[in-house]
Amino acid sequence: MKRRDFLKTSGLVAGVGMFPMLRHIPASAAGRDNTVVVVLPNGPNSMDIHRSGTNRPSYAIAVNVYDRLVSFGSKTLANGTTMYNYEDIVPELAESWTLAPDGMSMTFALRKDAVFHDGSPVTAEDVKWSFDRAVSVGGFPTVQMKAGSLEKPEQFSVVDPHTFKIDFIRKSKLTLPDVGVPVPIIINSKAALKHATEKDPWALEYMHRNPLGGGAFMVDRWDPGVQIVYKRFDDWKSGPMPGVERVIVREVPSASTRRALIEKGDADISLDLPARDFRELADAGKVNVQGAPIENSMYALGLNMNFEPFKNKLVRQAVAYSIPYKEIFEAAAYGRGVPMYGGKSMKPATIDWPQPYPYDTDYNRAKELLAEAGYKDGFEVPISFNLGFADWSEPAALLVQEGLGKIGVKSTLDKVPGANWRTKALVEKSLPMHMKNFGGWLNYPDYYFFWVYQHGHLFNSMNYRNEEVEALVEATLNLPIDDPAYEPNIKRMLEIAFDEVPLIPFYQPFLDVATQKNVKGYEYWFHRQLDVRNLSKGDA
Amino acid sequence: MNRFSMIGRRLTQAIPSIIGIIIVTFLLTRALPGDPAVYFAGPAADEQSIAEVRAALGLDKSLPEQFWLYLGDLARGDLGVSISTGRPVLEELATRLPASLELTLVALVFAIGTALPLGILAATRPNSWIDHLCRVVVTAGVSLPVFFTGLFFVYIFYYIADLAPSPLGRIDIYFIAPDHVTGFFLIDSLIAGDLETFRAALAQIILPAVSMGVFVLAPLARMTRASMLQALGSDYIRTAQASGLSRSKVLFAYAFRNALLPILTTLGMVFSFMLGANVLVEKVFAWPGIGSYAVNALIVSDFAAVQGFVLSMAILFVVINLAIDVLYTIVDPRIGMEG
Repeated sequence: MKRRDFLKTSGLVAGVGMFPMLRHIPASAAGRDNTVVVVLPNGPNSMDIHRSGTNRPSYAIAVNVYDRLVSFGSKTLANGTTMYNYEDIVPELAESWTLAPDGMSMTFALRKDAVFHDGSPVTAEDVKWSFDRAVSVGGFPTVQMKAGSLEKPEQFSVVDPHTFKIDFIRKSKLTLPDVGVPVPIIINSKAALKHATEKDPWALEYMHRNPLGGGAFMVDRWDPGVQIVYKRFDDWKSGPMPGVERVIVREVPSASTRRALIEKGDADISLDLPARDFRELADAGKVNVQGAPIENSMYALGLNMNFEPFKNKLVRQAVAYSIPYKEIFEAAAYGRGVPMYGGKSMKPATIDWPQPYPYDTDYNRAKELLAEAGYKDGFEVPISFNLGFADWSEPAALLVQEGLGKIGVKSTLDKVPGANWRTKALVEKSLPMHMKNFGGWLNYPDYYFFWVYQHGHLFNSMNYRNEEVEALVEATLNLPIDDPAYEPNIKRMLEIAFDEVPLIPFYQPFLDVATQKNVKGYEYWFHRQLDVRNLSKGDA
Repeated sequence: MNRFSMIGRRLTQAIPSIIGIIIVTFLLTRALPGDPAVYFAGPAADEQSIAEVRAALGLDKSLPEQFWLYLGDLARGDLGVSISTGRPVLEELATRLPASLELTLVALVFAIGTALPLGILAATRPNSWIDHLCRVVVTAGVSLPVFFTGLFFVYIFYYIADLAPSPLGRIDIYFIAPDHVTGFFLIDSLIAGDLETFRAALAQIILPAVSMGVFVLAPLARMTRASMLQALGSDYIRTAQASGLSRSKVLFAYAFRNALLPILTTLGMVFSFMLGANVLVEKVFAWPGIGSYAVNALIVSDFAAVQGFVLSMAILFVVINLAIDVLYTIVDPRIGMEG
């Protein structure tokens, strides 16, 4: 009996329940060709990306179970890994879009044949309701929408059932890419409104547990803390039909177990292993390890301007020269990254981002600078890191401590539990020297500077303030990249960052994933979640 | 006084401790460093959205006010909503507690099944090879940390020998959990009459249960051996032997029954200990139990979840202690109904 037939008959017998197919899938390899098994440390805690408290793994629901108006094309890296292409914005639910002649609004033509999982057609009303929701619920989704200058419901209007219009508050290059991030998902508003109440007009309570989308996959089963099972939505119109029918995502907290599962072939894809395991797996060659440098992201050391010695630029440069970069790249990244040290010149030659900063290990230079700054005998400083990221930040911190010791700066390690990290590092900004790992979704250097170098912003945990950077970021953030002022502005920003070094980057980390050889179609995305829509299983 | 009034009295005595636990956990969770509102407002939140989350969590109210509201919820049987999972804590506990209990009980059955015969044999044949074996097992058991045994077993029995199924939690990836009746997969699958699922669930539980069992085997075997030795050396055994009673009668009806009290005490302690300490095994075997839930909740300062966990554990301990006390009176009628 073929699996398909088996499914049909047992489906008839079982009939009901969330998983109407069968009690188990036959163990034969043929029975599992259409199923992909993924293991990861943490699963989603909500079906609704708009709810406050929704964790990162839940973004995968937004990606796979919902559509957005637009998506991104893909490109292949030199190492063979496929990644999305932020320069290539492609249709998803919208067939096409046009910018108004005055550049102050954009009209999207929706696919006329698209339907939600319950079979009802997708209309511009649904799109408007979804965008209204994203800018109104507050918290993370609203902030993310704001990054693309999408701020209030009045900006969104329904032209006709299949035409949706966004009015701009200002012209910004970030608006269209922001429509393609996981936040502005298109929700089945008719279904959602049935569950909306006066207190809960956006049906947050209902949608927390029940996805109401029209994406390529449906949630077949969700056991929080255990697994999520996706089932292909065969009426999906917004892209090529996914190559697998079912994706089972299991939570396996122990990295050793996740590694054993992929090596034994019981899992098709294993996510979030330590860099060391990825390197060993890549060397062993039994499974494919695909890695892409995480865009717009660097692992770095932040120096807090409120800490007396760090107010002096020379001290910051001295620290930058005292970091054992190569050892950190080996011991923390296991080579799975792109070095962000050893740049050639204090003046950036390109606007590539991220690019190596012009510092390398040079203890003599560091000592000279320190003496020049009046700290010949050094000083004492705690190095803080987030215990949640101890796998890379602990070895890095230890090596930084060793490097600082060589120039006479005494340091202690300060391990901060994950729950405190945000408060201490990002909100109070009270850590003198700390490990940073910010990464921006929208891949522009000015966007990174906006979050990390502009004063008062959340990820500027260094309390850095430079009037010229403030003005440059304001002026550049919404500029199109072909504007003549764009490149000189970025270069100037980088030059200031090189010279003033409130932030000392180590390396740009890889996002690695281990897959069986017969699993095709993995793609790296800026949101760092697994997009299961392109996956397929074939011969090895 | 009969047994029922003793149970009643014990339960009444437990009330002050439970009240104390409620107060202490409430205060302790509030004293945790870190601000859950900031944490749950997400990575890019601003002042306003943090304030919104704080209000939604009720954290903008004063401590006594929060406590009063918490008591009110408790009185209605409402343990609150876990902010990290967005689901009622009671619901979470209802799915996760059975997973932990099932694992603990199977581990305990394994530990008792191994430790008692081993201890008895060692006591009846002191300094024989079996006594030495007992000593080796006991030493190995206490000195190997649980997560190590777990990983070691996974490596040997799954990775190398391919005897165990993939360590993927309570049920194999291609199986569906049985319908929820008790929450114990082994029992629920039997209720559903689904032997295949029962076998799958059993196969999954063996390795984690043995890893846990090995650890608690040590105190049980040692206690069995010691108290059996003591019992066997006492006057009434000599009398019994002198009276010509059969060997098994002497061993089990007289010696073992008298040796049972300290073993029971150890059992109670070991059981409570296992419930709290199995988080490491849960992590290694992806077991969706209560330990890993509590640790995750603690990391993110999820007040309601931590409080719910501690409270349910406290109640469980009271019940276990009560059960042990009742067992005492059955084993040894001299032990006081006064208690």
